[in-house]
Amino acid sequence: MSRKFTLFLVATLILVLALSACQPAEPEVREVKVVETQEVRVVETQEVQVNVPVELQMESERLAAIKANGVLRCGVNSGVPGFGFLNEEGDFVGFDVDFCRALATAIFNNPDAVEFRPLTAAERFTALQTNEIDVLIRNTTWTFTRDVELGTDFGPTTFYDGQGMMVRRDSGFGSLNDMDGATVCVLSGTTTELNLADAFASRGISYTPLVFDKSDETAAAYDQGRCDGLTSDKSQLAGLKTTLSDPAAHLILPETMSKEPLGPVWAHGDQQWGDMVRWVVNGLMIAEEKGITAANVAEKAAGAPEDPEVARLLGLEGEYGQLLGLDPDFMVNVISAVGNYGEIYERHLGPDGTDIPREGSFNALASDGGLIYPQPWR
Amino acid sequence: MKPSTNPFSGSSFWSFWRDTRFLQALAQAIFLLLVFIATRWLIGNLLEALDSRGLSLSFAFLQRTAGFGIGEGLTFERTDSFWYAYVVGVVNTLRVIVVGLGLATIVGIFAGIALLSPNWLLRSIVSAYVEVMRNTPLLVQLFFLYFGIILKLPSLQERITFGSFSLSQRGFFFPRLEPMQSFTLWIVVVAASLLAAIVIFRVLYQRRLLDGVETRPGLWALLPLLGLPALTWLLLPEAPLSLDRPQLDGLRMVGGAQLSPEFAGILLGLVIYTGAFIADIVRSGILAVPKGQTEAATALGLSKFEVLRLVILPQALRVIIPPLTNQYLNLAKNSSLAVGVGYPDLYNVSSTIFNQSGQAVQVITLMMSTYLLISLAISIVMNAINSRLKIVER
Repeated sequence: MSRKFTLFLVATLILVLALSACQPAEPEVREVKVVETQEVRVVETQEVQVNVPVELQMESERLAAIKANGVLRCGVNSGVPGFGFLNEEGDFVGFDVDFCRALATAIFNNPDAVEFRPLTAAERFTALQTNEIDVLIRNTTWTFTRDVELGTDFGPTTFYDGQGMMVRRDSGFGSLNDMDGATVCVLSGTTTELNLADAFASRGISYTPLVFDKSDETAAAYDQGRCDGLTSDKSQLAGLKTTLSDPAAHLILPETMSKEPLGPVWAHGDQQWGDMVRWVVNGLMIAEEKGITAANVAEKAAGAPEDPEVARLLGLEGEYGQLLGLDPDFMVNVISAVGNYGEIYERHLGPDGTDIPREGSFNALASDGGLIYPQPWR
Repeated sequence: MKPSTNPFSGSSFWSFWRDTRFLQALAQAIFLLLVFIATRWLIGNLLEALDSRGLSLSFAFLQRTAGFGIGEGLTFERTDSFWYAYVVGVVNTLRVIVVGLGLATIVGIFAGIALLSPNWLLRSIVSAYVEVMRNTPLLVQLFFLYFGIILKLPSLQERITFGSFSLSQRGFFFPRLEPMQSFTLWIVVVAASLLAAIVIFRVLYQRRLLDGVETRPGLWALLPLLGLPALTWLLLPEAPLSLDRPQLDGLRMVGGAQLSPEFAGILLGLVIYTGAFIADIVRSGILAVPKGQTEAATALGLSKFEVLRLVILPQALRVIIPPLTNQYLNLAKNSSLAVGVGYPDLYNVSSTIFNQSGQAVQVITLMMSTYLLISLAISIVMNAINSRLKIVER
């Protein structure tokens, strides 16, 4: 009896010892904390500097991590021709994909230093929140909730889109108003699902949604005639239409149900990283404005450009690259690898791609009446 | 020199290191500590990640307006809350599970018996079915069933009709019984006649047992059971139930009832798949009953069907129930594959909710607890059945 008791006593003792063995670690942590608070106090005493962020010149932590990894992790679409699509050779191609390549070139001077992570619409924000990817460029719409509540930040809009409805030509639908009682195929986890409900509610007509997880399945169900309409962003519809069994038998209704500004997204909290993404995208747009293309960028960088903004963009003047933690001539590398904004658009969304007319649309340069209006590089 | 009473007294303090009981206790204590540290680290990591992104673990978002539509199930408006959307999803899942369990059991029992049939053709066909279904992935079967078979049916305009029944890729539509005003009165009469039938049956049955005369209890009980409701139906000014037939109205069918292609897809997929597993379990259960039982029952003069029903199946059931529970749980959990065929089940609706609200941790926690509850409920019921069927040892 007493032996059992001593046994128990000794076991408890050992456990307590083991637990207390963890303790020395904590005071150490506390010591470090003390040092930190002291630092803050020094800042606080200099009252003038209180509002100035301490790490003003600090390089982005994420950029440092990406450089250490040697690869940029980019969340993309794998099923939307034109934007993000896995082709027959097993390569990711598309408008969004090229922005990933542009970022990789800016960091590593290598457009292939990207690890593409194909994500479903439903997975993408979780992937950002859990740090699975560095940047998400996957036709993602900038909305209030996503920006404010989901802990994500949005970069410059690379494509102005709007939600449309694709229907069969023989259905006789001329507009959304004809679609009372229709069954509509829609992708889960998109703003599309909400806009669809809004569009039908505002017209006072009813519909039945049929929700799928992947855009392939959504398109397949529509193609087979399960749904009267397929709704998505118009740019995606144009791409999906080419994958249907008889593309000519379908048309996209004229109405635009929503505004869909699409652009790159990153996790909230690392402004320096956000700055880098923003200015690479801006740089590609400026390059188009200034007529710098993949073909002539090397020549322009070698000469002495008369336009000071071109000189700044190509790293011949100022320290713009260094401020972002990149090479001075990073935009030269980017432009020679993927071309300027217009070239990227032309390659994937032009007549040879999914053919989304640019002229007269929001996606034309501001000088041509569109909304592509990059901030000045100075 | 005094001889020591205990030769080990000198090392008594350290002897516990060699005591296996102590070492076992220590190992368990250390293991517990490691589990505790790992759990704390994981939870801490989660909380830190949520905190750094300004996300909370509150469930208050469930009260917000959903803003999307749900195609099937309880009536749902875009202005309803996320919580109600979740309820719609749960009900849809339960619908699949409950109907699926019933049908899979029936399919499984018949297929299981057929696997042991002396008829070569029947046995071969059924074993081909069992082998194919058991050895291919369920998701692939679902896609094949939904995209390859159901959606290949004719369109709504060219639907196959049979009276008021119609079949198309938009679903199976059939008439529904619509209760009228006099329905309440009629249902009371039905209940009363059911009660009367039970009383008559019991009285006559007792008399047959006690007096040994043929009283035909079933026949006499049937008289009020069918007669009274039929009489009231005829006497009432309007029929208590009317037939609501589905009709084509523009793009959809109105009225009647329907079996949607998505529901049919996931239900059939689960029934066919789980049925194959249950068939094998039933077969093994029957084979577990000693051959002597069959021979003895046959010697008593029971027909083949009676041998199966009265002797073999009740004994086989004891062997069948535990693995059957596993299959039931599999069916319940596999119902989440409904998202592949667009059926708005718990998983499908939840994934929409967590996307629209961004509260992945809460929604997934909620979803996992719901599946856990469903599975536990099935386990409890099956365990209760199992303990009732067990051979009572005296």
